[in-house]
Amino acid sequence: MPLSPLLDVDRGRAALRTMWQIRRFEEAVDDLFARGLMHGTMHLSIGQEASATGVCLALTDGDAITSTHRGHGHCIAQGADLVRMMAELLAKETGYCRGRGGSMHIADVATGNLGANGIVAGGIPIAAGAALAYQMRGEDHVVACFFGDGAANEGAFHEAVNLAAIWKLPVVFVCENNKYGMSFSTEKSMAIDTVAERAKGYGIPGVTVDGNDLEAVHEAASDAVARARAGEGPTLLENVTYRWKGHSKSDKNLYRTKEEITEWRGKDPIVRFEERLRSEGVLTQEDVDAVRAQALEDVRNAVREANSAPDADPTDLLDAVFASA
Amino acid sequence: MSSPTSTRTITYSEAIREGIGQAMEADDSVFMLGEDIGVYGGAFGVSGDLYHRFGPERIRDTPISELGIVGAAVGAALAGMRPIVEIQFSDFTNQAMDQIVNQAAKIHFMLGGAASVPMVLRAPLGSGTGAAAQHSQSLEAWFAHVPGLKVVMPATAEDAKGLLLSAIDDPNPVIVLEHKLLYRTSGPVPEEAVRIPLGKTAVRRTGADLSIVATGVMVSRALEAAETLAAEGIEVSVIDPRTLSPLDDAPILADVARTGRALLVQEAPGHVGFMAEIAARISESPTLYRLLAPIKRLSGLNAPIPYAPQLETASVPQVDDIVEAALTIMKES
Ligand SMILES: Cc1ncc(C[n+]2csc(CCOP(=O)(O)OP(=O)(O)O)c2C)c(N)n1
Repeated sequence: MPLSPLLDVDRGRAALRTMWQIRRFEEAVDDLFARGLMHGTMHLSIGQEASATGVCLALTDGDAITSTHRGHGHCIAQGADLVRMMAELLAKETGYCRGRGGSMHIADVATGNLGANGIVAGGIPIAAGAALAYQMRGEDHVVACFFGDGAANEGAFHEAVNLAAIWKLPVVFVCENNKYGMSFSTEKSMAIDTVAERAKGYGIPGVTVDGNDLEAVHEAASDAVARARAGEGPTLLENVTYRWKGHSKSDKNLYRTKEEITEWRGKDPIVRFEERLRSEGVLTQEDVDAVRAQALEDVRNAVREANSAPDADPTDLLDAVFASA
Repeated sequence: MSSPTSTRTITYSEAIREGIGQAMEADDSVFMLGEDIGVYGGAFGVSGDLYHRFGPERIRDTPISELGIVGAAVGAALAGMRPIVEIQFSDFTNQAMDQIVNQAAKIHFMLGGAASVPMVLRAPLGSGTGAAAQHSQSLEAWFAHVPGLKVVMPATAEDAKGLLLSAIDDPNPVIVLEHKLLYRTSGPVPEEAVRIPLGKTAVRRTGADLSIVATGVMVSRALEAAETLAAEGIEVSVIDPRTLSPLDDAPILADVARTGRALLVQEAPGHVGFMAEIAARISESPTLYRLLAPIKRLSGLNAPIPYAPQLETASVPQVDDIVEAALTIMKES
């Protein structure tokens, strides 16, 4: 088997840095939240970094994503600016949405992030629609549509996948199967074993991969993207992973055991990729340490800069209700 | 029944849970279904320990599929059960609108009265938690606009339990809109399963100068404003319709006729909102001729609810805004 293209000094380092930025960003958010310095609610993707990173690395400029309530990782992996992201979460005027969106609605259209979504499955038909636009205009862009296992039970999922399938839209449906939709496990919410099996019902390929294996995610996503770009239509890609933290701030974690969480913490996707880079001789321990340190510094800087930005201003609150002609 | 009741102070969410528990004990056909209501205890903790008391059949966790959940409740209700649906945020009723508006609300009528849909749909509404535009709406006017649905908005712990019990008894689909900011507030609630009838407006406070009509969390804000106004020598009534549909407008019209001034306060955007209905009822009745000042509405901005706390606060009426609006009416008359 040929080595993954990610096992190259520059790409390997970049991928590792993205994953560490996601981890450190969310740890910082968790901390700010716990100290009462951040408002609203947060859904952390700690433990799922390989999914966002592996998929977004398979995209190129001009491609787009749609994201979920658990979307910090997708936003970072797609190339968003950490300062503007942090500013949004800290309710600043300089944030991506000028304080109107917050964590659940963060978007960076410039990097092709068409938006996080507070509505479970809300982004899935939107992804199909964006792909339709590309197809109609003859552009060879692809949309990667992130959603959870829970979202795959919403009507919106089924309708969107069907449309994309019959029209052969250039979209990759990326199910991040972290085994739970809030407290309800996939064993209870579905009568089948994998979400990818549902692809059969729509006549498209369904692929399940180890979502904590960055290379495997990247490879499967690259195949699906290539298929989409070639006009062969959508793929349903299922990344099996795990969120270490509770669903959101108010989760008491009564529906899963400590042992299960510990077991999955042992399958850290970032540490796993570091080991691969070292064992394949791509990066040294010092290189890896430098990447970690850099990511931490990036996030510290984001918090610092965001904190010194002006607060979102209520005086022009009606500004963005309607777009002006 | 005239047996004496004993009250104690519990929270709004405890009151709801207690009501559900008592209804389930009294009637095997009552059951609950919704997302994360089992071991998790509900997104806002309302179902709490009910799962441990009644088990997974009657406190039934569902996949994330609101249309399916409400549809299942409609069918169960048609077939003789009394389901209580919990939708995690009222915003997500959008997913289920066909079942609510085209099915639940119509079936009794379409069948010429041959069957009914005795279901309850409970859902939290409103802003104030930083949950932003897709988790903070006040959509009560949508539901109140649909014939065939009853809509209640409990503003106190006692009402939360009493109105819910009546909603469960009612043979029609009833939408119960609970305010997120009220879940942790507390008040005296009877221990017994005391019903508060649907369609009965509550006069919370009586004053000579101005009638304030408010719904949901605005009721407590209006009462707080009333204290401030009283200190300035202005005595206001605070009236809470409680049931938005069917609406008991007589106490509102009577109070406004007495004071000659009406301030209508809602969290929802003003445009085509519920308080427009109240204003219209006043204008259509002889109460109009008793007005000493124009009717005033105080509503949320005609904008989605933003995330940043200072923006969110500025989007919906606060106590100071109510005081200021009341003073303006007093000056105008
Ligand atoms: C339509 C809708 N229903 C319910 C919710 C509440 N909710 C938010 S996230 C979530 C769980 C989603 O699970 P999944 O799709 O598996 O994604 P995960 O959280 O596991 O990443 C729920 C129930 C919502 N936001 N939108």
